[in-house]
Amino acid sequence: MPSTNRNSATPLKPGKCAIIVGSAKGLGGALARKLAREGFVLGLVDRNSELLVQLCAEINAGNVGQAFPYVQDVTSYEEVPALFQKILVDLGGLDTFIYVAGILLPTTPTTYDFEKDRLMISVNALGALAWFNVVAPVFQALHSGHIVGISSVAGDRGRVGNPGYNSSKAALTTYLEALRNRLSRYGVHVLTVKPGFMDTDMLKSSPRTFWVVSPEQAAEDVYKALRQRRQTIYTLGRWGWIMFIIRHVPSVIFRRLSL
Amino acid sequence: MPVTKMIEPILPVEKLTYLENFGHSLRAASYLYKPSSADEIFDVFKVAKQNHLTVTLRGAGRSYNDAALNGAGIIMDLTRMNKILDWNPETGMITVEPGVTLEKLWQHVLPDGWWPPVVSGTMTTTLGGCLGMNIHGKNNYRMGPIGEHVQEFTALLPTGAVMTCSPEKNGDLFYSMISGMGMLGVFTSITLKMKRVYSGLLRVKAYPVSNLHNHLNEIFLAAPDHDYTVGWLDATAGGSGMGRGQIHAAKYLHEGEDPDPQKTLRVEYQTLPATMFGFFPKASIHYFMTPFFNNPGVKLVNTAKYIAGLRKGEHLQSHAAFHFLLDYVPNWELGYGKNGLIQYQSFLPKETAEATWNEILTISQKKGMPSYLGVTKRHRPDKFLLSHAVDGFSLALDFKITIGSRDKMYAMLQDFDRIVLQAGGRFYFAKNSETSSETALQFLGEETVKRFKALKHRTDPDNLLESNLYRRVFGS
Ligand SMILES: Cc1cc2nc3c(=O)[nH]c(=O)nc-3n(C[C@H](O)[C@H](O)[C@H](O)COP(=O)(O)OP(=O)(O)OC[C@H]3O[C@@H](n4cnc5c(N)ncnc54)[C@H](O)[C@@H]3O)c2cc1C
Ligand SMILES: NC(=O)c1ccc[n+]([C@@H]2O[C@H](COP(=O)([O-])OP(=O)(O)OC[C@H]3O[C@@H](n4cnc5c(N)ncnc54)[C@H](OP(=O)(O)O)[C@@H]3O)[C@@H](O)[C@H]2O)c1
Repeated sequence: MPSTNRNSATPLKPGKCAIIVGSAKGLGGALARKLAREGFVLGLVDRNSELLVQLCAEINAGNVGQAFPYVQDVTSYEEVPALFQKILVDLGGLDTFIYVAGILLPTTPTTYDFEKDRLMISVNALGALAWFNVVAPVFQALHSGHIVGISSVAGDRGRVGNPGYNSSKAALTTYLEALRNRLSRYGVHVLTVKPGFMDTDMLKSSPRTFWVVSPEQAAEDVYKALRQRRQTIYTLGRWGWIMFIIRHVPSVIFRRLSL
Repeated sequence: MPVTKMIEPILPVEKLTYLENFGHSLRAASYLYKPSSADEIFDVFKVAKQNHLTVTLRGAGRSYNDAALNGAGIIMDLTRMNKILDWNPETGMITVEPGVTLEKLWQHVLPDGWWPPVVSGTMTTTLGGCLGMNIHGKNNYRMGPIGEHVQEFTALLPTGAVMTCSPEKNGDLFYSMISGMGMLGVFTSITLKMKRVYSGLLRVKAYPVSNLHNHLNEIFLAAPDHDYTVGWLDATAGGSGMGRGQIHAAKYLHEGEDPDPQKTLRVEYQTLPATMFGFFPKASIHYFMTPFFNNPGVKLVNTAKYIAGLRKGEHLQSHAAFHFLLDYVPNWELGYGKNGLIQYQSFLPKETAEATWNEILTISQKKGMPSYLGVTKRHRPDKFLLSHAVDGFSLALDFKITIGSRDKMYAMLQDFDRIVLQAGGRFYFAKNSETSSETALQFLGEETVKRFKALKHRTDPDNLLESNLYRRVFGS
């Protein structure tokens, strides 16, 4: 018996393959649905097994795309190499890798909490690095592939609200830039996505919000940027202008703002 | 499907590479191994087992589909095993390793007055690949598939067992490994009987046929008197010219007919000049072809070809030029553009062929997706387990892929499959890329599939041998 029940890629049904880490809900879930509609065969990774299995069932009930669930807490870094190998075999290849998993643990401008900082860095940054370090060599060897990291506008500056979250996203953004500089010479595309506010469970813990996009809209933006091989996008796009200004506000002024 | 156990050493990423099908329309990343001995073949199976990976055998990779592709698995490329082990110019018996190509084979035997009994339309294929698919030539109605000329082969099974098979010895394996798409074991040495020839030339008769009825009728009539018969079909012509084309029927020369066989049997005499189209170096010809590889362009070229071919004629042509013309236009398939091409070949009983292909050609033209090249042949059934042959004809249609038409073309080919199945037709696992497992089950029959799987269970109990093709047509 053949080892997996994946749909076979054929010249007329090329079925590209993608892994999405942090895909049970929110932006990851919306990306999974979007790529499935585009005919992708997906390896979906998340710690929430119940939601994940539900999503896969929903995708597999449709007549395009296919999804397989894999349960992993991204902070179990040591599981990544073997899991990656297994997903590769199950999918029969890999064209696109997307890291979405992220947490935002609310704090106030006057509280300090190492445990929260550590968790955010572990999930948002270290979890991503564990995956990038197995995906990148494969794409480098193949001279092909897309790596996408979902960072945040929050990584562009350190701000009073949540230093741990800011640093986790800054680390992710910088790591992605370095990967891009390493890998573009091998024909590998690296995309950094910086959402502003998205209407997901995460947003519930944010104090002030405006210009909120649906995760579905953000997923469309990401997919378009993938096809256009963009380097960095903001979603909504206008965040690009705002963050350009914010990045250039001199520290003497920035220190005094309550941004 | 939660994370199960750790899979220990991951294979070196340097072994990862993308490989393609012949038509450049499909690719898959695999760990590439190129063993050069039976011991090294077995080592690859051990690596596969340790790493929970599957292995696909690959010759020259000239199959039009996913037969020699294995996404995220191991590809075992056998082209390094390319030695001629024994040649007896008295009896015409030759023993070769599986990576020997048809090119190397004919060049070795022709000077002694022999020619391979069955060849494909390209000489770049390997004998391992030719047996794996059990290829047919333009003489299928007379000589059967290549398997009928195999005296004996030795195969290494994934278990490490070495089997010697012939029609008499291990006959069940002989008739299933040949045609078995590399799923039962690896041919490591192959002994074949060559065909005696008395000249390096063939006498070729070429004449036009004005529609499908005449086309098939002429092939049917020409076959008994000719050693080779083939038709070129202009699939862009519609209406009363539907199925028009040209028949080429060829005969060997008898002993004494060629005044100077020593000369014509020489390899240099066979091969075509490097600038076959005059001034242009042949390696760049495909650039000049690309502008014609669209619907109106091909129609123009086909019409010009048809008109040029209206003149009947008989001429002498070398074996190599007659069989392998396409090989002398290197990379002609690149003319199909960056999305590549696919081939759709159907085999139909002589009673239903005409009506079926009339329907298929009409549909493809109506949908604006005509084939750019059609080739017709005459066939007879054979005894091999996964046989594609029938007492009838085959029509191979090449289609250019464009991104926008993929879904439409997929739906059209699924319709073709239903039409062909209804007419009692069969398909060939070296060619069609979109055949579903349901279709395969229907034309092979449940009994055949069951027997094949039982044999596989015996030769490959750990299911190490798998290909994208096998998963597609024998999966689920
Ligand atoms: C231009 C062109 C014209 C063609 N014309 C014809 C034709 O006229 N008639 C015809 O029948 N076919 C024809 N073909 C198809 C071609 O002959 C077959 O696909 C053939 O199998 C290709 O041989 P290969 O060495 O490239 O094998 P591959 O495509 O690499 O492999 C073919 C199969 O053989 C298996 N295999 C390879 N080596 C071994 C081994 N050592 N032991 C066991 N299994 C093995 C593989 O796993 C695979 O399933 C044509 C192809 C092209 C490109
Ligand atoms: N929403 C926004 O406004 C906003 C703005 C900018 C950037 N972002 C970023 O966008 C990404 C997606 O966020 P979202 O809004 O879609 O959030 P979300 O709805 O909370 O989804 C995040 C997903 O990641 C999973 N996840 C969290 N921790 C994990 C872990 N340790 N292991 C495995 N999976 C884990 C979550 O699973 P559980 O359900 O089990 O937690 C969830 O499925 C995040 O990186 C976030 O930082 C969001």
